[in-house]
Amino acid sequence: MTDMLKVSIWRGREDGALQTFDVPRRDNQTVLDVVTYIQRSLDPTLSYRFSCRVGMCGSCAMQVNGRARWTCRTHVSKVVDGDALEIRPLSNLPVVKDLVTDMAPFFDKWAQAKGQFKGTATRKDDFARVSPDSPMRRLANAAIECIGCGVCYSACDVVSWKPDYLGPAAMNRAWTLINDERDGARRERLEAVAGDAGCHACHTHMSCTEQCPKQLSPTASIAGLKRTVAGAVLKGEL
Amino acid sequence: MSARAQVWLWIAQRASAAVLALCVLVHLVLMIYAVRGGLSAGEILGRTRGSVGWLAFYGVFVAAVAVHGPIGLRNILTETFGWRGAGLNLGVGVVGVALLFWGGRAVFAVFTG
Amino acid sequence: MRNDARARSHPSYWAFIVHRVSGLLLTLFLPFHFWALGQALNGEAALDGFLRWTSQPLVKVAEIGLVVLLAAHLTGGLRLLALEFLAWRDWAKTLIAIAAGLSVAAGLAFALGL
Repeated sequence: MTDMLKVSIWRGREDGALQTFDVPRRDNQTVLDVVTYIQRSLDPTLSYRFSCRVGMCGSCAMQVNGRARWTCRTHVSKVVDGDALEIRPLSNLPVVKDLVTDMAPFFDKWAQAKGQFKGTATRKDDFARVSPDSPMRRLANAAIECIGCGVCYSACDVVSWKPDYLGPAAMNRAWTLINDERDGARRERLEAVAGDAGCHACHTHMSCTEQCPKQLSPTASIAGLKRTVAGAVLKGEL
Repeated sequence: MSARAQVWLWIAQRASAAVLALCVLVHLVLMIYAVRGGLSAGEILGRTRGSVGWLAFYGVFVAAVAVHGPIGLRNILTETFGWRGAGLNLGVGVVGVALLFWGGRAVFAVFTG
Repeated sequence: MRNDARARSHPSYWAFIVHRVSGLLLTLFLPFHFWALGQALNGEAALDGFLRWTSQPLVKVAEIGLVVLLAAHLTGGLRLLALEFLAWRDWAKTLIAIAAGLSVAAGLAFALGL
């Protein structure tokens, strides 16, 4: 007789309800395995996202027992509460259906924070020489591995409390570009991340750092932005 | 309120925090020392009456609190109730002025008492 | 969809709550504190009269609470200043523990002196 899991899954849109399924428990089972089993064997109308299923793309991010995770990299045995799992879509984003959220606001804020590299060199110029040991490059490298999965954005309560708050991922990316000596949009980027909707609204909850599947620290990046923006304002550069 | 003004609020909050760190440390040590075995008006006023040093210390303390408190309150009100704009800024500004007035009165009271 | 307590059960979040609640309570306490000290304007006897009221046990307990709140807000604030202004270190969690410890120590020192 196999052990069974009691899996509650969010169905519907913003208003909806949890629906419970009985799922056979297996060794080395991930939460993504559980969701896939439900959709293929129990209820084909369940909607969810996944892609690589090996922890590289971030598409399968969902809330499991209250915390946002990559479901393909989350073993059931690590998170199960007795025999219960509760699976919801990411917080702070519009729910399209069931476990699928609209990621547009997340990426819109990425753009608002000027999270794009602005080159200043032409094809006629020589390569930029950036030492990987330089202080700025070390700071950029510490934050560069973000794949835009949205877990930190879901984890952040300031995003919940202030709808126009740019959020940890967008500002983490801005920080990597501020520390990129080749970039030419420093002033616009500092302006973009300043103030109540920007880095100064971060209260160091550190839920983002706590939940980032790549162990990045958006809190550290945002602290860097706070210092840099304040310094620029004090020097009259902003 | 412009983004630059909001940055100035953040700077003021951190600067007043640094000032308060020193003031509160002194105040806490003093309170722990002074309240041992009871407290009397004579003890307090004996220290503060006519003392320009304590007047200056508590004056700076009150000024820093009048900056630090309202800015913190502003964040709490925005994040809890979603208030923003001129009304909120005016409201916390009034709180700041009130703290400055009542605190200044208290500092004056123990200087002249 | 919003987060619930399960996403908030980690030390840095508790540190935030302590800092926010202590700040709010201290701000609410201050007008009363200023009014009490302002009694000196009515003479030393008036201030003494008020201080006699504070010798009640419940008030003493409240005073210990206030000392802990103030120490907690101070040490939590120092932790924040360190996190924001010093180059980032991984001992952030240790800072919380130190802050908590110092706050309790301050409260105890005050209480034991009574």
